Amino acid sequence: MTKKPSALSRVFMGLIFVFLYAPIFVLIVFSFNDSSSRSIWSGFTLNWYVQLFRDQQIIDALYTTLAVSVLAAVIATVAGTFAAIGFYNMRRRWSAPLMTINNIPMMNADIVTGVSLCLFFVAAFSLWGQAAAWINSSLGTHLPEKLYLGFGTMLIAHITFNIPYVILSIMPKLRQMDKNLVDAAQDLGCTWMQAFWKVVVPEIKPGIVNGLLIAFTMSVDDFAISYFTAGSSTANLAMRIYAMTKKRISPKVNAVSTLLFVTVLTLLIVINVREARQEKAQRQHAQ
Amino acid sequence: MKKSNLSFFAAPYVVWMALFVVLPILMIVVYAFRDAGGGFTLDNFARIEEYLPVFARSFLLALIATLICLLIGYPISCFLAREGAQFQRVAMMLIMLPMWMNFLLRTYAWMSILENTGLLNRLFSAVGIIDLGNLINGGLNSLCAALNDLFGLALKVSRSTNMEYFKMINTSGAVVLGMVYNFLPFMILPIYSVIVKLDPKLVEAAYDLGADSVTVFRRVTLPLSLPGVLSGITMVFVPAVSTFAISQLLGGGKQLLLGNLIEMQFKGSAYNPQLGSAMALVMMVVVVICMAVMNRFGEGEEQAVML
Repeated sequence: MTKKPSALSRVFMGLIFVFLYAPIFVLIVFSFNDSSSRSIWSGFTLNWYVQLFRDQQIIDALYTTLAVSVLAAVIATVAGTFAAIGFYNMRRRWSAPLMTINNIPMMNADIVTGVSLCLFFVAAFSLWGQAAAWINSSLGTHLPEKLYLGFGTMLIAHITFNIPYVILSIMPKLRQMDKNLVDAAQDLGCTWMQAFWKVVVPEIKPGIVNGLLIAFTMSVDDFAISYFTAGSSTANLAMRIYAMTKKRISPKVNAVSTLLFVTVLTLLIVINVREARQEKAQRQHAQ
Repeated sequence: MKKSNLSFFAAPYVVWMALFVVLPILMIVVYAFRDAGGGFTLDNFARIEEYLPVFARSFLLALIATLICLLIGYPISCFLAREGAQFQRVAMMLIMLPMWMNFLLRTYAWMSILENTGLLNRLFSAVGIIDLGNLINGGLNSLCAALNDLFGLALKVSRSTNMEYFKMINTSGAVVLGMVYNFLPFMILPIYSVIVKLDPKLVEAAYDLGADSVTVFRRVTLPLSLPGVLSGITMVFVPAVSTFAISQLLGGGKQLLLGNLIEMQFKGSAYNPQLGSAMALVMMVVVVICMAVMNRFGEGEEQAVML
């Protein structure tokens, strides 16, 4: 059966895309608005973009968002790759319960993950404080006795909720892999290290890349977990915006969203064009 | 065949999970049963009773949002799967694209659309819909008054006839809209990924065997896409029931949800992490029970991969 897509279904899809993009369109249009109103149009200006780059708070927040996302995605991808290979090679009796625990951060509500980590960090810091005080007094060292929530704790939280997604995207690739490949490599004289780098990693590479992308997306989009683990000294973009909505929101926020949107759109187009070109090349190669 | 010895690769992550996944959850459980001094108590759970309306509202709004997402997401996934490969690729990209912009930015955009002096109300008053609303309300008022006189009823006659705008922001409708808007991609992605892999030969065979299109959908397409539907429902319901940013921005702090309550116990004025932990624990348990019940329907089906 090859049912042709009906006009009605096209209209429905069109409406959904309007629904998805109308707010983004509004955001972008009002980033060029010559007054601070967010619903009355009063002329074109680039003023908000100029002001955006002078606003140290927003720039810092943008930097924090990018730094946390990149670091967390990269670390989570490396850790997740090793963990996935480990789980895959484990007996089922061991790997099944571990995979269940691994799924907890994905299934749990963000706010629960955030709050639980917040409680944990505070408790851990107070334990550390006691330990450091004892060490300092007995050894005369100068370990910091008070630790605070900040960039480090936020990074740990992001890594923690990213790793499950990485494992989830690598596992299927491992299952597709021919199990004899590793044995064959080792029979032919590879150490397990060489077998890992030369056989396993290239086989699961698409899964690793996919996992990295998902992890990065999750980190950029996260608000709730950062909100509870970053403390008051550090803020990513989402936290900054949330704080602003309680007072008055400046169109600088529109400007920063527009820049983000254009960046992402460009990246996606580049990736897609490249993929399409590769596929075309492969098809020509096959012929 | 003996499994190779690479299982120790997972050891660091197992330690990491124990520290940053298991221990924090245990902390919530411990805090939920503690008073401010550190002694054992069940008080926190008793106090939750005061907040039952908030629990009910959270679950109701999340349920409505999930249903709307399903009603939009399922058909759109089916329609998409019928399109050409190029169309599908671009459409999926367009569905994913908003997710790369922080969801707070997108929710904030809705604020400027739904405000009393916002874009939608401007549009409505320009086209005359608001006047029409006033007219209809006036008509309804006189109709109800007449009915009240005739039959001695007590119908409402105080509908507003001089509205200058429709009240859209700071209502539960706005909160549901925000949930649907933000979480719709999470419904579409898993359903689409299952439907697009569905073997068209099965549908063909069902038609050949004499089934009509309703039967084909009910007996073939729907059961086979169930894993995607279940994982979509989970991925929409869980963030919707626990959100606090959407209700803060679009509900204006008047449509208090569970997430707002928990947030206030940890970061807000009502600092009380013990009570907050008890709330989080209850929410977690209720959500887990819901998911377990729901997944019984899809038992034996392969777990759908989300992205």
